[in-house]
Amino acid sequence: MTPPMVLAENVHKWFGRIEVLRGIDLEVANGEVLCIVGPSGGGKSTFLRCINHLERVDAGRLSVAGRLVGYREKGDRLHEMHDKDVAAQRRDIGMVFQRFNLFPHMTALQNVMEGPITVKRESKATARARAEKLLARVGLADRSAMYPNQLSGGQQQRVAIARALAMEPKLMLFDEPTSALDPELVGEVLDVMKQLAEDGMTMIVVTHEIGFAREVGDQLVFMVDGVIAEAGTPREVIANPKNPRMQDFLRKVL
Amino acid sequence: MSAHASSGVTGRPEAIRAVPVRHPARWVGSVAIAVLVAMFVNSLLTNENWNWSLIGEYIFSAPVVKGVGVTLLLTALSMVIGLVLGVLLAIMRLSPNPVLSGTAWVYIWVFRGTPVYVQLFLWANIIALYSHLSLGVPFGPELLSFDTRYLIAPFVAALLGLGLNEGAYMAEIVRSGIVSVEEGQTEAATAIGMSRMQTLRRVILPQAMRVIVPPTGNETISMLKTTSLVIAIPLSTELFFQASAVGNRIFQPFPMAIMASVWYLALTSVLMVGQFYLERHYARGALRDLPLTPVQKLRRRLRRRRSA
Repeated sequence: MTPPMVLAENVHKWFGRIEVLRGIDLEVANGEVLCIVGPSGGGKSTFLRCINHLERVDAGRLSVAGRLVGYREKGDRLHEMHDKDVAAQRRDIGMVFQRFNLFPHMTALQNVMEGPITVKRESKATARARAEKLLARVGLADRSAMYPNQLSGGQQQRVAIARALAMEPKLMLFDEPTSALDPELVGEVLDVMKQLAEDGMTMIVVTHEIGFAREVGDQLVFMVDGVIAEAGTPREVIANPKNPRMQDFLRKVL
Repeated sequence: MSAHASSGVTGRPEAIRAVPVRHPARWVGSVAIAVLVAMFVNSLLTNENWNWSLIGEYIFSAPVVKGVGVTLLLTALSMVIGLVLGVLLAIMRLSPNPVLSGTAWVYIWVFRGTPVYVQLFLWANIIALYSHLSLGVPFGPELLSFDTRYLIAPFVAALLGLGLNEGAYMAEIVRSGIVSVEEGQTEAATAIGMSRMQTLRRVILPQAMRVIVPPTGNETISMLKTTSLVIAIPLSTELFFQASAVGNRIFQPFPMAIMASVWYLALTSVLMVGQFYLERHYARGALRDLPLTPVQKLRRRLRRRRSA
């Protein structure tokens, strides 16, 4: 039996005395799309960042493709992973940020080529061929020579998605990918993500786009105060929310 | 009144031709400055104590030109040492390891906190403190030993003094550049699997350069002139020492000091041009339109004149 792509068991995380994650359990199978919704400060982004070890898990277990994130198990003790091994683990996990975080001193094409060349030591020609293909896939073939500040927010976010895909990840994490965009630009980014889901990519998406969650998501969890308050298929959770905070939240975003 | 969606019916009104504001005070000021400048230039030309012909006679003489060469070499090598050391110290200071960051802090504290003149003097006379240096097991037997008298030649002492001092200043400049790059950049680089060093080299430093280059140009210009302090060693081949030597020999120290200044001014002007192009290079991606080079400005002006 192949292990699930992501398995979280009683995951806790605290910043100083504040406990931001208070026991998260969930499972994402290969090829599934999980959407995480909930009010700000509820721990959604922190949980997402734990998955590629941008934040360390303080208690509980979190594994990707059957391997613990950031730790190695020896006997009954956990050992912190060396930076090099953490970096190797991150190669298989793509991440897209709310504020794009493109490298401003590189063109769109160079942004997409950077990972394969620097991290995977690919030849320039190979990296360029794939980068051009990826930019075409996100509809930006004609913008490859532009610098990020010459692109609109939606275009920048699509380049950021291409940059993550260039590492050929098994899992893609999206941290509120459309929250920093003007309303008329949200659609073009969601379309790219929808296409990605249809192609079978395993995705975890923190979002406020309930429509997207309903249409594309296989699972929906509602996270509030560091716990999962409600979970299920998007259709049933959105149509028939049981938790009063979820009902309140839906009333505000719908 | 209601707003109109279009004013196409009435057409465009005649362009406004307003009377510009007059600035009589500016004119008075300009005239005053022009008179003062004219008086000064007149004195430069008529006062024989300036002795311009003497400056012309010696400005390209062999010892002076050789002095220029030594000054340039000293500046370039000291800045390279300073830059490499500065990057290293800046990275150390930002390291999570307290021993590394503490070491860098102490280094900067000492080398920035004492006069460079004194540091030069100490390097030249280190022989008084350590008569020989050796390689070997710490506190154990020596494998190789050097006599400092031969190891620390005046030029080497000058490089050590200037370069190590500059390293402390450059460290703070590089550090300010690194911390000016927003954290999201590190996260994005980390997320595609880059190591700490790769992130620094490929993502952080190229962006930090925008902040680092202007003060570094400043430091280079400052270094060019600081080289005249190597008289503390003494290293006698550099420009100012050579110029003063000629001045003392022909009993004309003042024109020779002016001559040295003309050289320093010419060299800094060249450096300023270099800095402009360097800054322009690192502005890529940060500015939508790069500043125009003088050639581009000229071309644009000519084109405008032709079309007018």
